[in-house]
Amino acid sequence: MACIEARGLRKTFGTTVALDGVNLQVDAGRILGLIGPNGAGKTTALNAILGLTSFEGDLKVLGRNPWNDRNALMRDVCFIADVAVLPRWMRVSQALDYVAGVHPRFDRNKAEGFLQKTDIKATSKVRELSKGMVAQLHLALVMAMDVKLLVLDEPTLGLDILYRKQFYDSLLNDYFDHSRTILVTTHQVDEIQDVLTDLMFIHRGRIALNCSMDEFESRYAEVKVSLDKVEAARSLKPIHERQTLGRSIFLFDRADRHQLSALGEIRTPSIADLFVALLGNEKAQGAVS
Amino acid sequence: MSTQSNAISESRVDTVAVAPTAIPAMRLLYWSVRRELWEYRSIYLAPLAAAGVFFLGFLVTAPHLAGTMRKASAMAGMQMQEALAKPYDMASGFLMAIAMFVGAAYCLGALYNERRDRSILFWKSLPVSDVTAVLAKACIPLVILPLVTVAITVALHFLMLLIHSAVLAATGQSVARLWAQTLPVQMWFMLLYHLIAVHSLWHSPFYGWMLLVSSWAKRAAFLWAALPVLAIGALERLFFNTSYFFQMLGFRLSGDEAAVAPVKDWPISPMTHITPGHFLLSSGLWTGLIFTALCLAGAVRMRRYRSPL
Repeated sequence: MACIEARGLRKTFGTTVALDGVNLQVDAGRILGLIGPNGAGKTTALNAILGLTSFEGDLKVLGRNPWNDRNALMRDVCFIADVAVLPRWMRVSQALDYVAGVHPRFDRNKAEGFLQKTDIKATSKVRELSKGMVAQLHLALVMAMDVKLLVLDEPTLGLDILYRKQFYDSLLNDYFDHSRTILVTTHQVDEIQDVLTDLMFIHRGRIALNCSMDEFESRYAEVKVSLDKVEAARSLKPIHERQTLGRSIFLFDRADRHQLSALGEIRTPSIADLFVALLGNEKAQGAVS
Repeated sequence: MSTQSNAISESRVDTVAVAPTAIPAMRLLYWSVRRELWEYRSIYLAPLAAAGVFFLGFLVTAPHLAGTMRKASAMAGMQMQEALAKPYDMASGFLMAIAMFVGAAYCLGALYNERRDRSILFWKSLPVSDVTAVLAKACIPLVILPLVTVAITVALHFLMLLIHSAVLAATGQSVARLWAQTLPVQMWFMLLYHLIAVHSLWHSPFYGWMLLVSSWAKRAAFLWAALPVLAIGALERLFFNTSYFFQMLGFRLSGDEAAVAPVKDWPISPMTHITPGHFLLSSGLWTGLIFTALCLAGAVRMRRYRSPL
């Protein structure tokens, strides 16, 4: 069954169109990265999926309409909306008590097990924890809930690199098991490149790219070309070209790998580079027009 | 590490065995109320501190109690009772006033602070409905605060009675008269009735209104709660030269006489003041409760639609 299914999903705020007829399908057991510039509609899309905002069009999450059926849906869905939304006055032990009290599928032992691996004390208040520790605490709470869909909106914003790495490591090693679905948005796209199974670009309220990471790897190729082969590379219709240290880096979409290998070493591009290639131009054009 | 993974695998078995699907509504409400008490500890700390201050004041004036008793002994029944019960009435009145302030401050912040500090996003990530959340918040001024006030007042009265008795015993006066005249158990029942009837049910529209404003305001919830009320009263004055609105508010704030019989027939037993039948049939009570219900319904809707600040 599809975990999330949207057809013609629209949301407007006054005259601003946040989501402009989005169609998407996320199957169970996927880790989807939703990537887009600020104001592209990422958070609006997530809010619609989480039943935090009303919408036009069809949207089903785990077979339910998230806006009308939110209370039932939240037993199977959890989210980390932002870093540091845990109430600052709360003690760690209170957070455990409360979630254990209200969540039918929360495993307190599991959460305590995760917390034992950190420096977080049960008696600490959230306001006494560092930002990275708050994220660890929130993740420990969320990972101890046996839910079908986990939504992460910029879960590592403002964390240092160690915490960010650890965050995704624990998510993959201790949580993800192919029956769950994870939907994540972040600006630190390269850090989650190896984590994702699916990739989606969103731009101006529309889906600009939607593919699996397998497809991404077979479809897009990046070649670093020395100056004498630049013209040959250009003739193969790259979708993007940039210069670095006296060499040109070309990005190709569905190009013949044999021809490319004659130009130089073929690599899988980073998500960030593809993003710039696909949407950077459009953004620049938009700015000009 | 190995013990941890054992614990995890064991707990997995547990969850499979139990396989709960939903938490009963009362349990959700219980935890929601508990978390309000964690966040707003002034709900019980403020009345406790006030009781402490009052008790200190009482201790300072305790040596005068013997003299009061001597004077009171010469009075007629009702006056004697009034004179002896005075510090106890003052204690209840003081704690009630504190509770009203705490209730107002709580209601104005309850649905506003969670949006301002964005913690509402955490609360909404859990399977607790907006209805449960708002009801839990309404329970604080309507159920918890009156009960806390009764409990603390009773404890304070009891301590005061002990000191009072000790002072009387030390000066060779009748301790029995004190207890017979103040009738503590009846006084406490009366207090409980008064707090439920007036401070909870009769005042509920104030708390409902403040919760609604708190769920809606983008800033300065206090001003948004007070200004429309003042504006309506002022406009009425301006256009009709009447003040029915303020009279109505005053009537609402002072408490319904229907709840408690007029003081003029202060009888031997305070229990006869209580007229719950009359109170429950009064239209003022029911219009107030309907207004409260509408405000709470509005607050539920606001909590659903409003995004964090």
